[in-house]
Amino acid sequence: MKAAVVVFPGSNCDRDVRVALEASMGRPPAMVWHAESTLPESDLIVLPGGFSYGDYLRSGAMAAHAPAMREVVARAKAGVPVLAICNGFQIATEAGLLPGLLMSNASLRFVCKDVHLRVEHSQSLFTDCFRAGQVVRMPVAHRDGNYFAEAEVLDALEDEDRIAFRYCTPAGELADGANPNGSIRSIAGIFNETRTVLGMMPHPERLADAELGGEDGKTMLDRIVAALG
Amino acid sequence: MSAPAAPAAPAQAEPAITAELVASHGLSDEEYARIEALLGRAPNFTELGIFSVMWSEHCSYKSSRIWLKTLPTEAPWVICGPGENAGIIDIGDGQAAVFKMESHNHPSYIEPYQGAATGVGGILRDIFTMGARPIANMNALRFGSPDEAKTRHLIAGVVAGIGGYGNCIGVPTVGGACEFHAAYDGNNLVNAMTVGVADAGRIFYSAAAGVGHSVVYAGSGTGRDGIHGATMASAEFASDSEAKRPTVQVGDPFTEKLVLEACLELMATDAIEAIQDMGAAGLTCSSVEMADKGGTGIELDLDRVPVRETDMTPYEIMLSESQERMLMVLKPGREEVAQRIFDKWQVDSAIIGRVTDSGRLVLKAGNAVVGDLPIRPLVDEAPVYERPYLEPAPRAPLAPADLPADPPPMQALARLVGSPDLCSKRWIWEQYDHMVMTDTVQRPGGDAAVVRVHGTDKRLAITTDCTPRYCVADPKLGGAQAVAEAWRNLSAVGAKPLAITDCLNFGSPEHPEVMGQFVGCVLGMGEACRALDFPVISGNVSFYNETNGHPILPTPTIGGVGLIAGSGRMATLAFKAADETVLLIGATEGHLGASLYLRDILGSEAGVPPPLDLAAERRNGDFVRGLIERGLVSACHDVADGGLLVALAEMALATCPAGEPIGVRIAPPAPADDAAPLAAWLFGEDQARYVVSAPAADVPTIMAAARAADVPAQAIGHTGGDALTLDGRGAISITELHRAHEGWLPDYMAAPI
Amino acid sequence: MKAKVHITLKPGVLDPQGKAIGRALASLGFSGVGEVRQGKLIELDLQADDAESARVEVRAMCDKLLANTVIETYTIDLEP
Repeated sequence: MKAAVVVFPGSNCDRDVRVALEASMGRPPAMVWHAESTLPESDLIVLPGGFSYGDYLRSGAMAAHAPAMREVVARAKAGVPVLAICNGFQIATEAGLLPGLLMSNASLRFVCKDVHLRVEHSQSLFTDCFRAGQVVRMPVAHRDGNYFAEAEVLDALEDEDRIAFRYCTPAGELADGANPNGSIRSIAGIFNETRTVLGMMPHPERLADAELGGEDGKTMLDRIVAALG
Repeated sequence: MSAPAAPAAPAQAEPAITAELVASHGLSDEEYARIEALLGRAPNFTELGIFSVMWSEHCSYKSSRIWLKTLPTEAPWVICGPGENAGIIDIGDGQAAVFKMESHNHPSYIEPYQGAATGVGGILRDIFTMGARPIANMNALRFGSPDEAKTRHLIAGVVAGIGGYGNCIGVPTVGGACEFHAAYDGNNLVNAMTVGVADAGRIFYSAAAGVGHSVVYAGSGTGRDGIHGATMASAEFASDSEAKRPTVQVGDPFTEKLVLEACLELMATDAIEAIQDMGAAGLTCSSVEMADKGGTGIELDLDRVPVRETDMTPYEIMLSESQERMLMVLKPGREEVAQRIFDKWQVDSAIIGRVTDSGRLVLKAGNAVVGDLPIRPLVDEAPVYERPYLEPAPRAPLAPADLPADPPPMQALARLVGSPDLCSKRWIWEQYDHMVMTDTVQRPGGDAAVVRVHGTDKRLAITTDCTPRYCVADPKLGGAQAVAEAWRNLSAVGAKPLAITDCLNFGSPEHPEVMGQFVGCVLGMGEACRALDFPVISGNVSFYNETNGHPILPTPTIGGVGLIAGSGRMATLAFKAADETVLLIGATEGHLGASLYLRDILGSEAGVPPPLDLAAERRNGDFVRGLIERGLVSACHDVADGGLLVALAEMALATCPAGEPIGVRIAPPAPADDAAPLAAWLFGEDQARYVVSAPAADVPTIMAAARAADVPAQAIGHTGGDALTLDGRGAISITELHRAHEGWLPDYMAAPI
Repeated sequence: MKAKVHITLKPGVLDPQGKAIGRALASLGFSGVGEVRQGKLIELDLQADDAESARVEVRAMCDKLLANTVIETYTIDLEP
């Protein structure tokens, strides 16, 4: 299996994803600089977290126009799985890979902490290591993670089983107190139509090592790698 | 050398050198006379500006230097002590830890977000300038009284600024301290620390060598921001500090991230001869220091300096404190390699001059020489003052009779854990990305933060400490205690303490009382550093933290770094299981003088701080570290502010995030006529103490080891239940304590600013 | 009465956002763009009797809250 991680100016979780993927794959993924107009052959493309272009205009807005992103969009349309984490999720929405957008957190403050996620749909490459309804723990770290989309879009996402994760309490209940950023309908991650693109604000690569306090992220990455051979 | 010719007048008219102009540059009449004598002529405007920043307190350490020299700076594991951008220690396997702490107090009061953000940016540059990748940020914050109108605004801005910079650049902010006292009204403290890791064989220094080699500027363009920041940091605030506002700098963490990656990539190519960041006093300080350290000269063509504003004068270019700028000397023929890497990272760069053998700083603009100064005198002839100082009169110890009636202990405990100083700082550290780089193995909230050295099993423990109420009561003891507490916090997580950086925050050195505090604190620090083999390897002094004659509490913040070897164990403070034995390590006499209990519960700041026995400190810490190494303890916490009962509460509170809290039950000693009152045993701040928990089966081993090491140890109770219980004196549920502990700061910050 | 407040960084204050936007525009092929400065637009619905008192009021709002006058400047447009 081959993986590629796209690195933008200002990406800062690219190394973290590389380390976690390498642990799962047994060898490192290709690191692709944003200015490249071609991508190496890949079974998985990762858009990592960080502050691409400082997130200065809108989060992800400028990175979405990077040369490498044209190729990412083309590959995604051809069915290559794309895992878009945090700033990567923001870039994916700006690039039109996923609907909706990520607004400023309701608190207007950056938030970094472990959150609980309820797995909403387990029939996808990214989530079939979990059961639907299972509660997992992963960290968030963002200032613009407040997912928003029009009601019709949200209804369609729900009808088509395209909501991957929702923020929840440790017992799996949805509650304002368990939603770290004010995301509409507590949405933490969504799929594209074919469930081959996953955008999520939480960072699976940050809890992929028992010494860091948890391994739910490792469970997810290991399964993706195993499924892609 | 023949008498130097005066440089040509620059194209633009410059102000004539008058007494007023000299005074407005913060130079005394004597200092100015010395400049004229050194030059054999009057300086021009640009040269005057250069002298003023080089000879400012901030750059020259003119009031502090003679005292700083008394601090121990060496140990077998020290690779580089004070004098470079940061200090360096050997952490084995050919790796080095590079660290420093610096203040950004004055700018953070004027514009809290940008002041704090640029403070973080500056200390990060100090670290990567030496070839180290920054791996952790820490900070120590002090604010005025929570009742003061501006405090909330300052906290919100400072915290957002620290997070805004560190989060964007992707270096975790893994911990810190935040405390309050009315003495910081009008003079909050923002001390930022960065730790980096470098290959010990590939460290970069600032000495400009190689006559004829290119001097390269890289990073953001130079603007008019921050002109005279260094002199601002060297003047006390009057109420008209509003008028000083144009000097505020804006931070650009995105650019710094690109500069960081570009510099580390360039450093890997062996193209760099010497490198220095442009911090306080910008291009002036960086070029002068590089030439001074190399024993060379530097010629700069100011027309080639990348600028982002039009019509900038030589004075402005030399004194600008625009952020995210680096100055380096390249090895010959490596200009193209550098250019390619800077272009890749979209970092602006330019060759702006060359190294000379003249021993002079020569500035050219418009084909004319606009400044020509000898380098050595700018640095070495800077004034050094032995300021008069007054030792504070010793305080009277607290007599038990002085103490008002004690409130019930559990009530006092709930108030203390919910007080501004001791409450949970979660509201702050959740705004910092403390997990990026995925090596944070002990997150904020413990005795010390712990981060792995990437790709190894080694871990670095980091802490920032100071107890200003001790420093004001007894500066020498307070200075020593700050060092001892840092050493203790590192020991409490199982780390071997290696070295410290310091950030010495005081009022005006021109006041003998303040100078007395400074001298006492430095002497005390030195004593503790020597006793604990814990040298000072970098640091910074921030004077003039006073407004209208009211100085801050003396605050010598200590940033300590320790190492946990790859095979070593780490301890955390949370209780791990019920029915374990709780032991108190270290002697307890019950010292309430200058304690937090006395101040926050009984309303008095009187008394002398608890005595510090550095030999016992070392013995007890080595013993506790040994227990951790042997895997004999399940949890460990040092006893500090608030004493034993607060320490126990913190160990129980730390169990809350994982689910069902684990409480603790302890038996206070039987009262005897001559014993200290119960409150003194519960809340006294006797030093060199730790609380550990251990399975009952291991207790005999621990007690035998304690006897052998001559370390006082006693079993005081057991873990379990959902409350903190004091036999015969009541109990309080951990849930209730948790509510008090977590509640204060979010509630305080929720009120409108 | 409506007031539109434009808030921008003072001339000479570094504008990292503007700089990054300028770079991104250039990389998208928009040449000929010089300096880019960004700011905020705040629209206010006011109950005011006359333009002069409205302007005084909005200026006070800017100085107190809307603008960070340490680094920002503002202009006020009033529409009846």
